Amino acid sequence: MSNAKQTRLDLNNLKAGGFIKERGKDLFTVRLRVPGGRLSVPRLKKIAEVAEKFGGEFVHLSVRQSIELININLKDFDAVVEALGEKQQKVASCGARVRVPVACGGCEYNPNGLVDTQKSALEVDAQLFGTPTGHHKFKVAFAGCPFDCPKSSTNDVGFSGAIEPELDKTACINCGLCAKSCVPKAIVMGQDNLPLLTAAACIWCGDCVKVCPTEAWRVKKQGYTVRIGGKWGRNPLVGTLFATFLPEGQVVAFIASVLAWYQQKAEGLGRIRLGDTIIKEGPQALLDHLRARFPENTVSETMAPQIIATQVGMSSKREIAHAVN
Amino acid sequence: MPLIDLRGVSCPTNFVKAKLALEELDNGTTVQILLDDGETVKNVPRSLKADGHRLIGLKQTAEGHYILELEKVEE
Repeated sequence: MSNAKQTRLDLNNLKAGGFIKERGKDLFTVRLRVPGGRLSVPRLKKIAEVAEKFGGEFVHLSVRQSIELININLKDFDAVVEALGEKQQKVASCGARVRVPVACGGCEYNPNGLVDTQKSALEVDAQLFGTPTGHHKFKVAFAGCPFDCPKSSTNDVGFSGAIEPELDKTACINCGLCAKSCVPKAIVMGQDNLPLLTAAACIWCGDCVKVCPTEAWRVKKQGYTVRIGGKWGRNPLVGTLFATFLPEGQVVAFIASVLAWYQQKAEGLGRIRLGDTIIKEGPQALLDHLRARFPENTVSETMAPQIIATQVGMSSKREIAHAVN
Repeated sequence: MPLIDLRGVSCPTNFVKAKLALEELDNGTTVQILLDDGETVKNVPRSLKADGHRLIGLKQTAEGHYILELEKVEE
């Protein structure tokens, strides 16, 4: 092969991952980074231009909110990165790294949103994206409220917005809408025709605050409910509760702390996800680690990530041995 | 007192109808709005409040629908 024909590539572009081998020869999918699924219209136009010039006839929207350029030829990598403008549109990651965070629309325009999930997603993306875990992928998601549309608890660290309500009795007009709207029935109307809250039954969804016509129900505390150790895939786990009302400003530090524990505890265990590491070490170890740094928000006790029965295949060596015999 | 009957009208048409009806009234007028139980009564009062109107009262009738009493506030 002559020098003129030899493919020249800036291998630095490949370091963060996001270039995924396709079936065809020399063809790759380029996964673009769209933290929180929010894309400015000019950026969307730019991506469309690049896709038209270098890609196939369509793009694919990944399940984690990234845009994937399809059928990109290896020899065009540098041109694609250049055309996208590295500053505005970086390629996403794959492999054993912190992935692009997923988020719902958040509180700016969605009336259900309790916290600014978009801001959190951008902060995490800016500060932790692409961090190698040394073990396995590491996914983070932000839901604005406990409805949890982004299924945050199936992520390694999942955040859902929460508010603790309090009642200003003088502003209450006794309409009963809060009690009617309260799905877990934490609020009932009392003898005096005033709403009565059973705090232990509250899931911090804020429906009472939102529905109250006179702002008698107000926000006392606001932040994220944090579940850790979730994942989906062949052996799904649902993350369990580790922190409540974590202030939005502490999200990055919190994830970094979980990541540090994971990096240390999974040493020597090979390709293992955080949830399986917690099952192995016991949830108390991670809880103690987090409490030292976030004493006000870490819960007093929790349980291991919850195993979801897929009903297909055999989950233990014992089951397999039994079937063989 | 003017009456806006929104029973049988679903979301978000009921809210839009209420807005249009309120536009016809003078600032400071108190009105009664009849609303169905369910999603309607959960959404319409707070949307009208978000538009700047003052909510005075909300009561359920024996028949099951709600009467929302509201003062029109023009911004």
